[in-house]
Amino acid sequence: MLGIPDPWVAVAYLGCILMTIVSLIYGLMRRNAAPDEVTPIDRDWAIEERKTDHDL
Amino acid sequence: MTGQSGLSWIDILVILIYLIATGYLGWLGYRGTRSAADFLVGGRTVHPIIMAVSYGATFISTAAIVGFGGVAGLFGMSLLWLTFLNIGVGIFIAFVFLGEPTRRMGHRLGAHTFGELLGLRYQSRAVQIFAGALIFLFMPLYSAAVMTGGSIFAATQFGIDFEVALLIFALITAAYVVPGGLKAVMYTDTLQGFVMILAMFFLLWFTYSQLGGIGEAHRYLTGMADMVPAKLQAIGHQGWTEMPAFGWGAIQYNLWYIVVTTIILGVGIGVLAQPQLAVRFMTVRSRRELDRAVPIGAVFIMLMTGAPFIVGSLSNAWFAQHGPLLHGTVETMINADSDGDSDRAMVALRRANDAGAWVPILGKDDKPAVVPLVISTREQVHDNAGESFELVSGRSSIITYVKGQADRIIPTYISTAMPHWFGIVFFLALLAAAMSTMSSQFHTIGTSAGRDLYEQITHKPHGSEPSLLAMRLAVIVGLLVAVTISYTVREGYVIARFTAIFFGLCAAAFMPAYIGGLFFKGVTRTGALASMSVGFGISAFWLLFIKAKEASAIGLVQLVTGGKPSLLADVPNWPVVDPIVVALPLSTLTLIIVSAFTRKPDDDHLVQCFSKQNEARSLRQRLDSTF
Repeated sequence: MLGIPDPWVAVAYLGCILMTIVSLIYGLMRRNAAPDEVTPIDRDWAIEERKTDHDL
Repeated sequence: MTGQSGLSWIDILVILIYLIATGYLGWLGYRGTRSAADFLVGGRTVHPIIMAVSYGATFISTAAIVGFGGVAGLFGMSLLWLTFLNIGVGIFIAFVFLGEPTRRMGHRLGAHTFGELLGLRYQSRAVQIFAGALIFLFMPLYSAAVMTGGSIFAATQFGIDFEVALLIFALITAAYVVPGGLKAVMYTDTLQGFVMILAMFFLLWFTYSQLGGIGEAHRYLTGMADMVPAKLQAIGHQGWTEMPAFGWGAIQYNLWYIVVTTIILGVGIGVLAQPQLAVRFMTVRSRRELDRAVPIGAVFIMLMTGAPFIVGSLSNAWFAQHGPLLHGTVETMINADSDGDSDRAMVALRRANDAGAWVPILGKDDKPAVVPLVISTREQVHDNAGESFELVSGRSSIITYVKGQADRIIPTYISTAMPHWFGIVFFLALLAAAMSTMSSQFHTIGTSAGRDLYEQITHKPHGSEPSLLAMRLAVIVGLLVAVTISYTVREGYVIARFTAIFFGLCAAAFMPAYIGGLFFKGVTRTGALASMSVGFGISAFWLLFIKAKEASAIGLVQLVTGGKPSLLADVPNWPVVDPIVVALPLSTLTLIIVSAFTRKPDDDHLVQCFSKQNEARSLRQRLDSTF
């Protein structure tokens, strides 16, 4: 298969492509499925994170 | 080795375009919104492509491309299992299953470092200090891997010494990291991510087209199995398109355990417990953003790891067909071709001296260097004494050209096979990738030292001046340690080994406590601390006394065994098995058993960690404790 005689290596080669396709399908199916809201907690966290970055 | 120096006008033009584009995007970023946290503060959505590519660019660096690509050149395409795990575990499982719980819990608890996340989840300063110390002590090993990869590439591309390249690389890193360039600018990360994507496409297309297409290239590489160096054959290398020989109890199975336990499992699974990864999840705006990043992240990682692993393996075929000619005398025939135009033989290498006589090239042991060659021509010539003999000329696998040094395989292939301008672009993108990865690493080192160690040990508040000083000092110390390691340790495939050690250590010490803490309310503080101690303790013991390559380099095991490289030196295979195989199951078991018999966290704390309705209360509590 693909000029690769060892099925374990051929499966890895095709598995990488397959796993990428699975990820693509997942992303397309879920692209608007989850909520997209920023809570005050999230914002508060980001402000402190930015401050830490800035200080460092 | 083939080094290239000197820049043509096209090289200079390419460099200028790249630098201007990077500078412009960096300037745009610094004017306004520049990091993921900035986007979150501003309540703005980051385009999923920018999110995923900048995320990927932070994690993919010279270690993956130069280090692991080189290992694929040495060991073959079995490394594609690592790409499979990188996509399946490092992207899919991490983003889909760990991303959102980490983000939510981190925000609720107000955690800004990995150690802080664990410490607050388990209400334990000891857990936080333990995690911070481990990261501070061992992260420089991973930084050294990135630095070595960049320096080797620069040395090969520009034909300069490794030490000079390392010095320049260290100075650039210091200039970037020390005065405050630690913060990743998403636009520039994205630009270099796209440059890397295009470079990888070009690299794959060029390599396959030069070798006659996908099937033909693989078939040619398969046919080169008899040219695998004898040392690698002895430990189970069966060819670049084959898995290493599998079995137990004999040296000829060693390579299987090196590839599968250290390279594939150590790094492929270890990525889940990477401290920078967990903190990066917290900078994401929402679950939707995580979902949208999955497909782009998968494509990016497939290209960034899959392409170098395939090209690294195929570089053996390219050099056997197009590499510089080598000359010598036949020692033994490997495979006589029927039409005689591609005989393969073990050849004692020779070179023409100034007087035009052919003299032997000596190897490390002062004996003539003997390598496998695909013979293309034969002629009668004279040696020093005027004796006539048959001189053969031909080409070999890339392993011969880099003298077995895996870390030189990708740089040598690019500087020899590819156009020079491509090497320059590739180098600039690698340099940028290394900088953003090291920014993230040194950021983690600094915050671990400041927040997890200094503040927890001294009870100083967040952001106090001494704490900030501790962070900055830690960054400088980490940088010096990384440079020293890069300068000192060069043998073998060190980039991949350093990366694997750090990833494996993180997996064994952190993964059970991290994942257990995210999903199971019954995991206790004592259980987490015991699991981390067992994971780290066994990994450290294994690296010091069992795993021969690391143990013999450290040297403690020789004192105990009277000179042997491992306590299990007489038992085949054990000395090459990675600690993760033993340490991770035991640390997981420890977490389960100890948690079952120790006091559970109080309900209020669990509500704060897990309940959605509790966010307002958590905010109030945190604000109360801050002011």
